[in-house]
Amino acid sequence: MDVAWFVVLSAFIFCIGAAGVMTRRSPLVVLLCLELMLNAGNLALIAFARMHGTGDGQIFALIVMVVAACEVVVGLGLIVSVYRRRLPIDVDELSELRG
Amino acid sequence: MLFEQIIFFAAALLAIGGALGVVLLQNPFYSVLSLVMHLIALAVLFLLLSAEFLAAAQVVVYAGAVMVLYIFVTAYVGGSDQPLRREGGAVAQLGPVFAAVLFVELTIAVAGSSLQLIDTGGRELEAGFGSPAAIGELLLGKFLIAFEAASYLLLVTAVGAIVLAGRRRGLEEVPGSLDEGPA
Repeated sequence: MDVAWFVVLSAFIFCIGAAGVMTRRSPLVVLLCLELMLNAGNLALIAFARMHGTGDGQIFALIVMVVAACEVVVGLGLIVSVYRRRLPIDVDELSELRG
Repeated sequence: MLFEQIIFFAAALLAIGGALGVVLLQNPFYSVLSLVMHLIALAVLFLLLSAEFLAAAQVVVYAGAVMVLYIFVTAYVGGSDQPLRREGGAVAQLGPVFAAVLFVELTIAVAGSSLQLIDTGGRELEAGFGSPAAIGELLLGKFLIAFEAASYLLLVTAVGAIVLAGRRRGLEEVPGSLDEGPA
């Protein structure tokens, strides 16, 4: 398979994720769409690592996975603490983070 | 070669279907399950790109651990049906248009790039490319600083998660907050 196929696929998934971030209201789904975008980036990195035949891109993708896991933990922690305060779970309503 | 193409298109269709499911499904539970399918399809694509270790990490770490975290939080917050934005602001209206324009632009960028190897299957690979041994050697040699930075990031995140989600006794109680339990 040509590397270009993988790169175009990753661009398509990235755009689906970007559309989701802009249209969905629930912060949980917004986080899921962020995962989509990060994974699309990972796919492009691994495709280019295959193209050059070096492992550097794969290490980059591994670090992106670590960052994505951290982002999930902090984001879900924020959602849980917002829910505990009985605030609406809606990105439009949550326009400030004042306690 | 034909077999490889069949695997690619099947995995690509599953990945795109999973991604569309995440965005379009109303129930956050189904969105999470759709994302699991998407991640497993991506792991198959990683295998096609001979990144064996990353494919395994994708299934174990992402489709396993991270998605379980999502399931728990969705169950805790309540996986209520969240309708897609009907009235919405300008951002929500223009979001899909913006995404489509972005895709066209990225496709043009890929097609017009003068990368010589992009229309080939890539360079010849050394033996052991993408294996855990090769990844570990790079991670603990050439990319040691990135590895250490990632470990600090994980530590800071663990502390941050405890601070964010832990019950704080010292602070004033918010009326009607869920912290005031019978226990």
